Amino acid sequence: MSDTLAMGGYGAYVWSSVGLAVIVLILCAVLALRRHRRVLRDIGMQLRATEANE
Amino acid sequence: MWTFFHKLASPPHFYRIAPTFIRIFAIAGVVLTAVGSWNGLIEAPIDYQQKDAFRIIYVHVPSAYLSMMAYMIMAVSATIGLIWRIKLSHAVAAAAAPLGAWFTFLSLATGSIWGRPMWGTWWEWGDPRLTSQLLMLFLYFGYMALRSAIDDPGKADKASAVLALVGAVNIPIIHYSVYWWTSLHQGQTVLAGKMPPEMLIPLLINILGFTLIFAALLLYRVRSEVLYRERRARWVRELVAGQEAIS
Amino acid sequence: MKELEQSESDLIAGLVAIIRRDLLLAWKRPGDAVNPLMFYAMVCTLFPLATGPSAEQLLQYGPGVLWVAALLATLLALNGLFLSDYEDGSLDQLILSPQPLPLLVLGKALAHWLVTGLPLVLMSPLLAMTFSVPSNVMGILMLTLTLGTLSLSMLGSIGAALTVGLNRGNALLSLLILPLAMPVLIFGARTVSLAVAGDATSAGVYILAAYCMFTVSLSPFATAAALKISNE
Repeated sequence: MSDTLAMGGYGAYVWSSVGLAVIVLILCAVLALRRHRRVLRDIGMQLRATEANE
Repeated sequence: MWTFFHKLASPPHFYRIAPTFIRIFAIAGVVLTAVGSWNGLIEAPIDYQQKDAFRIIYVHVPSAYLSMMAYMIMAVSATIGLIWRIKLSHAVAAAAAPLGAWFTFLSLATGSIWGRPMWGTWWEWGDPRLTSQLLMLFLYFGYMALRSAIDDPGKADKASAVLALVGAVNIPIIHYSVYWWTSLHQGQTVLAGKMPPEMLIPLLINILGFTLIFAALLLYRVRSEVLYRERRARWVRELVAGQEAIS
Repeated sequence: MKELEQSESDLIAGLVAIIRRDLLLAWKRPGDAVNPLMFYAMVCTLFPLATGPSAEQLLQYGPGVLWVAALLATLLALNGLFLSDYEDGSLDQLILSPQPLPLLVLGKALAHWLVTGLPLVLMSPLLAMTFSVPSNVMGILMLTLTLGTLSLSMLGSIGAALTVGLNRGNALLSLLILPLAMPVLIFGARTVSLAVAGDATSAGVYILAAYCMFTVSLSPFATAAALKISNE
């Protein structure tokens, strides 16, 4: 296990790259999700506003 | 067959059927990436020259590959939208850009990290791939900047489509010019020689896995994009009203 | 056969007409030509000021500086390519005219080069001298700069068409064009460096010539499309 972490001395480089990849992928997913929710919320607010006017 | 595409181009239809594909792609992508990464990072033998450091390839190459594929998707769908005026096509182009930029950033970052133990520096202008990727990041930023600078959405779609197409045509030229430039310096290649199958297969699995994850992310973003663009249409209003009623 | 000749001469007549028009307009506004030229000279001066007057250093990065400055000066000048036409409504006229828009756009870009690019090329040996560039390199310098600035005018017209009428379109224009301009910069500057070092330059010149022909023949279509979109 410690072998895997050490990666022959290159551990910091390899695992930070892997970690960065994981972070970026999760970030993309989270950002996409938040955007979707925001769009839904904005449309909902607009709907209620127009209904209130009618 | 044509009806399939015709229906696909219809926004409400796309909105309805996309989630299924998103789930399939996401799960398959994560599983494949996990399998490929496990095999590549832990099981595969060490490289003769680079020892364990070469393992960065398992995240670097997929992200570099996808950064380019995202640009192609962006350019092609923008062109389709421009020529055949399919709104969904423009939505795909708009959704692909930020994803492509993120993958380009990831490719640059992992490439830089990989370079540190190999070349001794965090950045090496002499590496053609690194420099090409940097220029591609600039292309992405230009595309997104143009989009946000134009208020009218139809105009923004069309103008950025022209830009994406011009950029796509120039990408091979950019790559070639950077290679020519570094060849004058006898730049080093990051990876020389053939890869044995124990190393290559996990890489291919990871590329496929990353691609599926990208596809899931893209479809999800296109879905949001479609919803926003069609916000005044009846099907959207009914959809949102229905959702509100449930919650 | 006669009809073909007639329509060809119509096209050439149209091209000549628009070039003449733009040249006349530029004649009335000398700033169009002088400002980029002064900018070029000043940017070339900035580098020695910033890095020191050592002659060897200057010779080393001289070609690069001459080229980067030419690129920046061309970008600066590109903003005005369609701006005045957009503002006074002649852009609409151009788009609606019976002449094919790509042809008119080609004419405008050529006229623009004649006003901003050509003076730059002609002044470059003078500035190159200050960088201790040997005189036998001047020919290559001017040749590469001619091909390069012409390509840039063509490429830049696409960006100018995409950003005409936008707020802060200037900065955006540069942002859009610079990545596309980098190959020209690479081929041009490095070819001049090769000449300074005494190496063969034919490869670089051929590549530049090919790229120039590529942009001259294709970019007018992209520019025309962009112009129609921007003018909606």
